[in-house]
Amino acid sequence: MKTFKIGGVHPPENKLSKDAAIEVLDIPKTVYIPLSQHLGVPAVPVVKKGDTVKTGQLIAKGEAFISANIHSSVSGKVAKIDDVIDTSGYRKTCIIVETEGDEWEPDIDRSPDLKEDCSLTPEEIIKKVQEKGIVGLGGATFPSHVKLMVPKGKKADILIINGVECEPCLTADHRLMLEKAKEMLVGISIQMKALGVEKAIIGIENNKPDAIKHISELASGYKGISVESLKVKYPQGGEKQLIKALINREVPSGKLPIEVGAVVHNVGTSLAVYEAVQKNKPLIERVVTVSGSKIDKPSNFLVRIGTPVSALLEASGGIPENTGKVVNGGPMMGKALNNLDAPVAKGTSGILLFPEREVPRKPMLNCIRCAKCISVCCMGLEPYLLAILADKERFEECENEKIMDCIECGSCLYICPSGRPLLDNIRVGKNKVGQLMRSRASN
Amino acid sequence: MNEITLISVISLGSLGAIAAIVLYFVAQKFKVIEDPRIDVVEEKLPGANCGGCGLAGCRALAEAIVKAESLEGFSCPPGGNEAMKDIADALGLVAEESEPMIAVLRCNGTRENSPPKVKYEGATTCQFAHSLFSGEGGCPYGCLGCGDCVLACSFDAMYMDEKTGLPVIIDDKCVACGKCVQACPRNIIQMRKKGKKSRRIFVSCINTEKGGVARKSCKVACIGCGKCVKECKFEAITLENFLAYIDYEKCKLCRKCPPVCPTGAIHELNFPPRKEKKEEKAQENA
Repeated sequence: MKTFKIGGVHPPENKLSKDAAIEVLDIPKTVYIPLSQHLGVPAVPVVKKGDTVKTGQLIAKGEAFISANIHSSVSGKVAKIDDVIDTSGYRKTCIIVETEGDEWEPDIDRSPDLKEDCSLTPEEIIKKVQEKGIVGLGGATFPSHVKLMVPKGKKADILIINGVECEPCLTADHRLMLEKAKEMLVGISIQMKALGVEKAIIGIENNKPDAIKHISELASGYKGISVESLKVKYPQGGEKQLIKALINREVPSGKLPIEVGAVVHNVGTSLAVYEAVQKNKPLIERVVTVSGSKIDKPSNFLVRIGTPVSALLEASGGIPENTGKVVNGGPMMGKALNNLDAPVAKGTSGILLFPEREVPRKPMLNCIRCAKCISVCCMGLEPYLLAILADKERFEECENEKIMDCIECGSCLYICPSGRPLLDNIRVGKNKVGQLMRSRASN
Repeated sequence: MNEITLISVISLGSLGAIAAIVLYFVAQKFKVIEDPRIDVVEEKLPGANCGGCGLAGCRALAEAIVKAESLEGFSCPPGGNEAMKDIADALGLVAEESEPMIAVLRCNGTRENSPPKVKYEGATTCQFAHSLFSGEGGCPYGCLGCGDCVLACSFDAMYMDEKTGLPVIIDDKCVACGKCVQACPRNIIQMRKKGKKSRRIFVSCINTEKGGVARKSCKVACIGCGKCVKECKFEAITLENFLAYIDYEKCKLCRKCPPVCPTGAIHELNFPPRKEKKEEKAQENA
């Protein structure tokens, strides 16, 4: 069974919501659509207070190269453009739309028919993906059109589709693969055409045998698309880990996957690409898992972007008593919310509720140099050393120890028997080293 | 027996003599000539090695002063003007008078003024908390209350007030070394002129959000209304990004601005109590 070679952990899977079919959540009365839902420069609003918007209408334009367009997810009136605490924990500018009915832009095809043929040229496909504001739905929210444009002098020879969903508890991608596999495969062939590659591999961990079976059956009808099952190991969903696992190529330090001729997209992104290119539908909704051990009804919801998290929690049976923490994202990489009305953004893959007794961290003890963090680090780094160097503000040494290669998967923090804040220190170090590198580049 | 003693005395003695001669030449060859004035200067410094002067420690400052042969641009915050004057006398130089400074905390987001809405469970340092969220009270500029500044202080001049959740600066002990200023990830602590009897007036808020938004997370935030700017006759107060700033170089400590602040964001420290109540009553009666 294939998997990546260095590091990794296997936390309890807890995929409670894996049998819950995707439910369409009611459209909320008010949506808060953040202007910065993607990696890169925030979008610039093109509507103003009082404007009426239709579902799918462009409301903010990504003007920089690494940026993405944002569309209204409901129809109604723009109430305000204001700062709202979003999933990042900080106030960010949002466009607030009061819902009135649900009137869609007329050029969006809402019929459920599968549209397989795509006669567009690669340039037209990329333009459409950019127009419709598609970003990577795996969590990093990198604008997809940038990934589909192969830089000059480089050549892509393989497209890797990430259906790994290695984070425990999350099942959004799993359900998508079961329910929207046909559309997804058309999306993948469109992405292959845009990139000009002949081959695509869909990587799925073998804790989802139903998805592997379903997609393998359908994929046999498409030339060049194959499915590979992978051994369950976290963080297999990381780009570099997945490339290593599937095609045994190693992305050099500080470089992008295109360096080894691979491009990685999430399964959700492939579906979004299909909808954008074939149906003209911008990225205005996504599947979000709501789960937790005490929750009444662990579910997967199809949610309009900008819906407050509280609406999702209500729909899954309310917040259970003694809930200690609400986390946005998976249990390993997710981040606790400090505002339950924070809006669902393009990168929100799950909302998890943890009971109070599971919340506190282990008490912090001295480092016993057991080297468990080194053995689980999927990037081959030495987390204990990086944490010490960052703590002592020796940032230049951090840079030499390749702190910027850390993907913040949290495996070191998970395994540390002394409960040391390894990742917290590394994160501070990465931040400072990033500043150092930027100031050096600008001088 | 005697013979053995004699042999050993002679052999060890000659070995010693050879080693001494070798050592003498080596010492001559590798002699380090150190200016004796460095020791003199170092003795006059407080020896706290706080780094407030911007150098690695007291010895480094002494070396730098002796090398530069002038006191221009050097200062020792803990030693103050006295230490610099002593050094100037010893070296026959002229000391620059520098105004004593003190650290002020520009946040008043106590648990009461900015009630905690969430509880932070992570590792308790401000650096980590700052990288994760806006703070328990919701203010993205306010004090996180984990005490990085208290840990950084080597003069015991700060402590955490358990009740308010904010650090307190002890005026008498603060030497303005600037360690806390560096430690704070949100730049809340700033250096200001100490003033006569350590009297000082400052805006105890650095929130640059719009007034309404700032008030949502904290009762005593500066809302940028500009009343203090109008009130100030000395043009010491400037307003930028919905935040007032009092220039301590221009401020004459006239105490006109604190009463006009609608949120009470302007703080005055170490002043005698006001007698205003009577005047107010007199105005009301009239």
